[in-house]
Amino acid sequence: MNLTLDPNIEDADGFYEELLEAHRELSKADSDAFNARLILVLCNHIGDRKIIRAALDAAKALNG
Amino acid sequence: MLNPRYEVAFKLYPYERVADQEGAPVRHPVVIVGGGPVGMALALDLGKRGTPVLVLDDHEGVGQGSRAICFAKRTLEIADRLGFGTALRDKGIVWNVGKVFHGESQIFEFNLQPETGHRNPAFINLQQPYFERLLVEEIRRAQADGAPIEIRGGNRLTGLVDKGEYVVAEVETPDGDYALEADWLVACDGARSPVRESLNLGFEGRVFEDNFLIADVRMKAQFPTERWFWFEPPFKDAGQSALLHKQPDDVWRLDFQLGWDIDRAVELEPSRVRARVGAMLGADVEYELFWTSIYTFQCRRMETFRHGNVFFAGDAAHQVSPFGARGANSGIQDAENLAWKLDLVARGVASDGLLDSYSAERVAAAEENILNSTRATDFLTPKSDISRIFRNAVLDLAGACAFARPLVNSGRLSLPTVYDGLPLNGPDELDGPQCSRVGAPCVDLQLGNGFLLDQLSGDFTLMTIDAQALESLSEAGVNVSRLALSATDDPSGALRERYLGQAKSAVYLIRPDQHIVARWPAFDEAVVRAAIGMALGKA
Repeated sequence: MNLTLDPNIEDADGFYEELLEAHRELSKADSDAFNARLILVLCNHIGDRKIIRAALDAAKALNG
Repeated sequence: MLNPRYEVAFKLYPYERVADQEGAPVRHPVVIVGGGPVGMALALDLGKRGTPVLVLDDHEGVGQGSRAICFAKRTLEIADRLGFGTALRDKGIVWNVGKVFHGESQIFEFNLQPETGHRNPAFINLQQPYFERLLVEEIRRAQADGAPIEIRGGNRLTGLVDKGEYVVAEVETPDGDYALEADWLVACDGARSPVRESLNLGFEGRVFEDNFLIADVRMKAQFPTERWFWFEPPFKDAGQSALLHKQPDDVWRLDFQLGWDIDRAVELEPSRVRARVGAMLGADVEYELFWTSIYTFQCRRMETFRHGNVFFAGDAAHQVSPFGARGANSGIQDAENLAWKLDLVARGVASDGLLDSYSAERVAAAEENILNSTRATDFLTPKSDISRIFRNAVLDLAGACAFARPLVNSGRLSLPTVYDGLPLNGPDELDGPQCSRVGAPCVDLQLGNGFLLDQLSGDFTLMTIDAQALESLSEAGVNVSRLALSATDDPSGALRERYLGQAKSAVYLIRPDQHIVARWPAFDEAVVRAAIGMALGKA
């Protein structure tokens, strides 16, 4: 398995709305904490260190 | 008297004037500077092997204060080989279970030794002065049996010159100065090592900006014998984290993480310490303050642990944070790594090159310990907002989600280093278990009424499991004795599980320090001889 950077989420608009909805009414500190929990949960789900590393690299490289 | 640097808890080796202090400098094969746990373990190992050794210590006994309190399984195994393991277990407090709390709530608990069939527990807790006293008592017994060990208390090293073939040490005593010579000198003189300073050698690494308060208290308490660790403790003024851990004599180690900007003198005032301790234990608990100290720590090491005829071991060579019990425990492993090598070279059996492997192997171990220690410290003391956010997210998840628990790091407890890929290793040709791969220390198991490690006496051993081999062989001046085992000897199946895996038979070549040199499915005299040569640094 390789990291996919192609569209992979069904109903992109619906997903984006759900993501923002989860943060609605959270303070900045609570949002930061929420994001950290979410990243940890997702990384554990992926599990494969190679894919996680590729995702970290992609996030670094795609900055702006 | 010399100006003391600390108070002595037990006076064990009072200064006595010796003949060496008159006339021309006397040459010694091995001189150890520093009579702490590392220096004394090295002296005992060398002396039991028959190599004469002189220990210089600038005090007359062991220092006060609990200091190191967790002695790990590997240290106990080494102590068993050296003869004082039973004394340590009898005095120490055995523990295997740890609990981790976040605020009021317990987020999980762990058992460090779920596997059976080991003589030793994962850890015992024992105040360092007791460890040192029991070690010196074993040295006294060894001396009575003829082991050539000499301890000179009240002898302080004040200068060192490397003459190439040997070193000259200047020594200060209450009766004045004298000089002595050594073929090899081992500096076990602690983190501020005067030997390292006098040779002007570097000690690079990281300083961690945090202060920890230790309050060892004596009390009759009903807390279980477990390691309790709090992140963001719920008691008043307990700081960022706190620890509760039992020691012998009804003494408990309390440790509070106070942060960087504190006034040490104020925090050490007994009333201030008592307020903090009272908040943790409850107002109605009666206790006595036994020892208090504030420490900061660094993770650093020397680039190499050998400089000509001078070796560095323990804190003199490398320093870690206390989280994970990697200080004294790794120092004892340094001592055992060096002892058999120095003995073989001092007796002319192995060449000087074998001694280079001490640095290679123990630098690798120090790297591993510093890595683990640094990771634990970064978890305990987040260095930025985002690292604190992730750390707290891990703690928030750990109660409900099993996946987050392995991420919680309050110190990964000390395990012996496997010498993977280092020069003394021979071939690994057995399709065997990972835990007994080449470079690993042998894993213990019960055999009849005893234990496997008791049968690895401190010389080279050829352990065979359901394999034919010569009963004994001699190669390059080293005698190798055979330990012939069969998987049927062990109804528990541990021998099979830990040394055979899927293989039907196995041959292990084991070093004097119980690390595995090489392993094969069957015996072949020529390849075994070649592997012995490699383990002696001849390859």
